[in-house]
Amino acid sequence: MTSGAFLDVQQVTKRFGGFQALSAVSLSIRQGERFGLIGPNGSGKTTLINCISGTLRADGGRIVFAGQDVTTLPAHRRTRLGIARSFQIPKPFVSMTVLDNLLIPLEYSGHERTDGAVEHAMSILTLVGLAPKARVRSGALTQIEMRKLELARAMAAGPKLLVSDEAMAGLSASEVDDILAILFELNQRGITIIMIEHIMRAVMRFSERIAVLDAGEKIAEGQPDAILADPRVERAYLGE
Amino acid sequence: MSQRAFLAVAALVVVAGFLVSRVLTNQYYYFAAYVILQYVVLATAWNILGGYTGYVNFGTPAFFALGAYTSVVLIKMMNAPLGLQLVGGAAVAGLLGLGIGYLTLRLRGVFFSIATLALAVVLQTLFVNWEYTGGARGLSLIRPATAPLFGHYVQFLFEVMLILALFAVGVAAWIEHSWIGRGLAAIRDNEEAAECMGVPTLRLKLVATTVSGALMGLAGAPFPYFVTFVEPGSVFDLNYAVNSLAMPMIGGSTTWVGPIIGAVLLGTAQQVATVTISSALNLLIVGVILVAFVILAPEGIVGLIQRLARRREGDVRLAHGKAT
Repeated sequence: MTSGAFLDVQQVTKRFGGFQALSAVSLSIRQGERFGLIGPNGSGKTTLINCISGTLRADGGRIVFAGQDVTTLPAHRRTRLGIARSFQIPKPFVSMTVLDNLLIPLEYSGHERTDGAVEHAMSILTLVGLAPKARVRSGALTQIEMRKLELARAMAAGPKLLVSDEAMAGLSASEVDDILAILFELNQRGITIIMIEHIMRAVMRFSERIAVLDAGEKIAEGQPDAILADPRVERAYLGE
Repeated sequence: MSQRAFLAVAALVVVAGFLVSRVLTNQYYYFAAYVILQYVVLATAWNILGGYTGYVNFGTPAFFALGAYTSVVLIKMMNAPLGLQLVGGAAVAGLLGLGIGYLTLRLRGVFFSIATLALAVVLQTLFVNWEYTGGARGLSLIRPATAPLFGHYVQFLFEVMLILALFAVGVAAWIEHSWIGRGLAAIRDNEEAAECMGVPTLRLKLVATTVSGALMGLAGAPFPYFVTFVEPGSVFDLNYAVNSLAMPMIGGSTTWVGPIIGAVLLGTAQQVATVTISSALNLLIVGVILVAFVILAPEGIVGLIQRLARRREGDVRLAHGKAT
């Protein structure tokens, strides 16, 4: 990739019936960047990443990833191109073991169909600290373990861009640090990361740039300090 | 079980079936065995979509009847041989399955189930009004009196259904242990997550609905020759919907073994009840057993055995731990 945007979201629009969830949102994210996406509840953050990952199709606008227009591609094709995501509410494959959960993306994302898959999966589980639970059925995990499994499974898809949707909601301070450390480590390995989060301490520490959504519109974008100082952001969160 | 072991067992069963048909002369046993084997095919077919993929299909009669009526048409049009009837029935029902597959784009859970039930009703209405296949009155067919090697044709049909059952089970076992089966399991657990992990959910669901539908059609294709009289009421029987769903649930819906166990168990119970008491009891038997299983052993007989085996293993390990 050259200096251009790695992920280019251009004027993306999404409506649900009469409700305008996203109105002409544009984002431009560089390769290797740590990008934060914040905004009050219902501001359209998850809708935006659903449009990026392909679970929803944008009504208008374009999404270009690594030079390829992915606007109309189904989600599994985007995953194979390198866009992976974790879910806000963990969605493990409950009938499978933790290890098998990772083998699905390893087998299907087209990066690995070989005997090395199990070792690869175990190395990812070691990274997130779930290795001792590899043979446990994923339905039996605790909240934090499920969050880690979400990240691990997304990792197994071999992403170039990882979208982490509120991976830390409801976790304790030390657990938040755990997840943050994992995300920093992934970024070190060259993965571009979009973090959606309500925990300000975490987003501010993690992100190089932050965009703020409010009622489906991007109201601010910039470095963490500038965002904190922005009166429009304060208004969006606290009201007039 | 390895592929070779499976083929060996299958060949053995086929030969055994043939040998039995040389010895046993009471026709009733062949009728009974045919019905049970037909349920092995239907339950196995249902399970590919219902058990592996998690889409509950109430429309088994639609696929089964389509297989049977395809045979009727082929017989009337060109007096087609049984082999062609089987291929035709499977193909037409498979196409219907493919259509149903596209329904899964918009319909999930109970809504999908209701749609499949509606499909059976609509299709039945269609055949009731189609004069060519006998309409509501039905149609009598003359089957060949004998088959080479087998003597009586019913014996031959029994052997054919035995082979179809083995074929269906083989297909299901292969799917279960291939990348397709793992993808289907991911869809069953969470379709959205599966899609986001790179699983081509639509394509896999289309495979599941098509294969499931084709196998159901395959089960129905020899039916006209089996009963020699086809009318909408008998091929669109609700029994097929209930049984093909209950048998995998009772046997265990996550493995290919489950539907066989369920079909043999329930199918035999129904045959015994039909002879000794009344066929009217069949649905009641299924209902009571199904309710019992849903409450007591929701993972079916296979799941129950697995759970017991695991507990036993745990006990053994515990005992070992104490000893050392």
